[in-house]
Amino acid sequence: MASILAVDDSASMRQMVTFALKSAGHEVVEAVDGVDALNNAKKTKVNLVITDVNMPNMDGISLIKELRTLPDYKFIPILMLTTESDPEKKQEGKAAGATGWLVKPFDPDQLLATINKVLG
Amino acid sequence: MSIDISQFHETFFEECFEGLEIMESGLLNLDIGNADNETVNAIFRAAHSIKGGSATFGFSEVASFTHIMETLLDETRDGKRDVSQELIDILLKSVDCLHLMITAISKKETINMDGVTAVQNELENILGKTPEPSQVNEKEESESIDISSEWLINFKPHENILKTGNDPALLIRELERIGEIKVSVNIENLPCLSEISPELSYLSWSINIKTPESENSIRQIFDWVEDECDLDIKLLSNNDEIKETISTPPAQEIVDNKNAQPPVTKKTATESGSIRVNIDKIDALINMVGELVITQSMMGHLDGGIEDFDSAKLEKLKDGLTSLERNTRELQESVMRIRMLPISFSFNRFPRMVRDLCQQLNKKIDLTMSGEQTELDKTVMEKIGDPLVHLVRNSLDHGIETPEIRIHKGKPETGTIELNAYHKGGNIIIEITDDGAGFNKDKIIEKALERNLINENESLTDDKIYDLIFMPGFSTADTISDVSGRGVGMDVVKRNIRELGGTIDVTSVIDKGTTFTIKLPLTLAILDGQLLSVGTETYIIPLVSIVESLQIKNENINSVAGRSEVYRLRDEYIPILKLHDVFDIKLESNNLEEGILVVIEGEGNKIGLYIDDLLGQQQVVIKSLESNYKPIEGISGATILGDGTVSLILDVEGLINVQKSAAASKIAA
Repeated sequence: MASILAVDDSASMRQMVTFALKSAGHEVVEAVDGVDALNNAKKTKVNLVITDVNMPNMDGISLIKELRTLPDYKFIPILMLTTESDPEKKQEGKAAGATGWLVKPFDPDQLLATINKVLG
Repeated sequence: MSIDISQFHETFFEECFEGLEIMESGLLNLDIGNADNETVNAIFRAAHSIKGGSATFGFSEVASFTHIMETLLDETRDGKRDVSQELIDILLKSVDCLHLMITAISKKETINMDGVTAVQNELENILGKTPEPSQVNEKEESESIDISSEWLINFKPHENILKTGNDPALLIRELERIGEIKVSVNIENLPCLSEISPELSYLSWSINIKTPESENSIRQIFDWVEDECDLDIKLLSNNDEIKETISTPPAQEIVDNKNAQPPVTKKTATESGSIRVNIDKIDALINMVGELVITQSMMGHLDGGIEDFDSAKLEKLKDGLTSLERNTRELQESVMRIRMLPISFSFNRFPRMVRDLCQQLNKKIDLTMSGEQTELDKTVMEKIGDPLVHLVRNSLDHGIETPEIRIHKGKPETGTIELNAYHKGGNIIIEITDDGAGFNKDKIIEKALERNLINENESLTDDKIYDLIFMPGFSTADTISDVSGRGVGMDVVKRNIRELGGTIDVTSVIDKGTTFTIKLPLTLAILDGQLLSVGTETYIIPLVSIVESLQIKNENINSVAGRSEVYRLRDEYIPILKLHDVFDIKLESNNLEEGILVVIEGEGNKIGLYIDDLLGQQQVVIKSLESNYKPIEGISGATILGDGTVSLILDVEGLINVQKSAAASKIAA
């Protein structure tokens, strides 16, 4: 099972993501924004990052850019949580180095299915 | 696997309310015509989070409503829209509307969709167009075609595909899930070993797949790598000519705002209030428990039987007990602090309220708040909200004069209202000060005479005069306005505060202003009690409700209407209630002079409780009786005393009712 970094400024989303991942047997590290996530990512190496886009301090796009500069995170999958209403965000995210995206709203099953897609 | 996401609702609601607060205070801070980017961003983020969360948790009305707000905010953020008064007003209105919606959902009530639709229409108007239907509920839907067809996929990833974390092998594995595949790899671009970079991808594949899925489903698998590969999908064979080519585009499920019901209304999840606690408080608590464990082990060492118990051990035992006492007290304080919230939770609504009312009343008022971090028990906080609102509204409406009058009086055009909170002893003090007109004592007396609340020639102290404004049905406002002045309220304010075991005082200087001072206990779970004895029983009465206690002189007892007795205390006649009669206790002596009369006050009435003796005063922890017994008139709860006996806590208002109905029945008899 994988260790996963879940980044979202919303506690309820974080709770849901964490709960779903943990019940599938993954290990989860939580972060409340990009800055927090970057610090955690440097401390613990994870196999997958799931991040929200709109966050205070450092948003998801900048986080992805920063992560891709770290040797440990050059190739690991990074998924972003986004809303269908901002297709340009997807492009921005891809350009920053995101692996893929998960469109909100999603339910825990969709989340797990998407994760299985990238974890191999 | 299916996960019940309703367990996250509580957190989501809390988050929504926090978000709404951020939006509201942000909106209030926006300067018209000059949008501060960070503020607009914060408001946008809050709306965005609420939208995302509500869609995820299945509250589609909230999601589609916030979607429109978000669009507006997004345009503002991008500078496409100016911050106008109109915009701020409608956004504030939307915040209120959202607040109502989320409150309704959290209480499992039906949302008033008429109101929501009205605000939503206003939002759409300002947006200048009917927005495209909200896409938040979009679901990918593809018509399943039960007969498989065969496709040829040419998949040539670009060299850099790995750098986005995508792995071609995983994509091919995905394909395998939807059908039967035959894969051949093309290695013509593979350089010689010495030139291979492990970070690049050189291979390409052609995949032959037999699948019942549509072309769209296949393309979806490659959705994430669209720009990182060359992809070509061809239909090879087609077993059903008509059905085959139908590949439905993602269907948009349009949210029907009018008929949609919140999906939670039928769920019966138990509603439990939750509270956010600062981690420091928890740490303090854990620390305290640690101390307790140390004390326990220290006393554990004393164990050795009574035979060899010497004076040295006695010393240690005493030390142990002393620290146990200290630990217990500190533990109690720490636990109480968990329920404490800063009063800003209550104060936060005022900037908005003052702003709205100023507009409505054409007044100019500065609101200043201090001591917002002063902490208060959650229950007390919830109950003090409405009285505070009432007092602030009163100050706004009656206290502060219109700018013209203020200038005429030589005061600054802009009035001020100050909210201040601080701790004093075991109480929290909340002051509401305005620099408005102040109370006109003559006018109060005039009104009071009009309503027969006082006698013509009664001489009244200032305190007594101000007390009159708390009488039911009293209002000095000449005209009734929308904001206040119906005379309903000040009595309710006082009653609410009294129910919390608090007091309210007024000081006022004409043309200078008025100050209301509210004093509240920090918590409702602990009470300062006076222990008193009747026969062999011990009762407790809240200390705050005792006016005075006195020794009875027989000549001051008068009988009225046959059997009910009153006590003449200075100029007042106070009905006597004999506790031993109420609770059916036999006394040794019937001579009233041997007992004590405790004068208690509640809801403006005074009665004298006849008891045997006053014992000590102490803080008692209130235990509810109603969960085990039905409510008993005159008793509000129970507590356990130091010696382990249970003692009942008397309810002052209940006792006054007991006295009234007893007197009434005696007259009837």
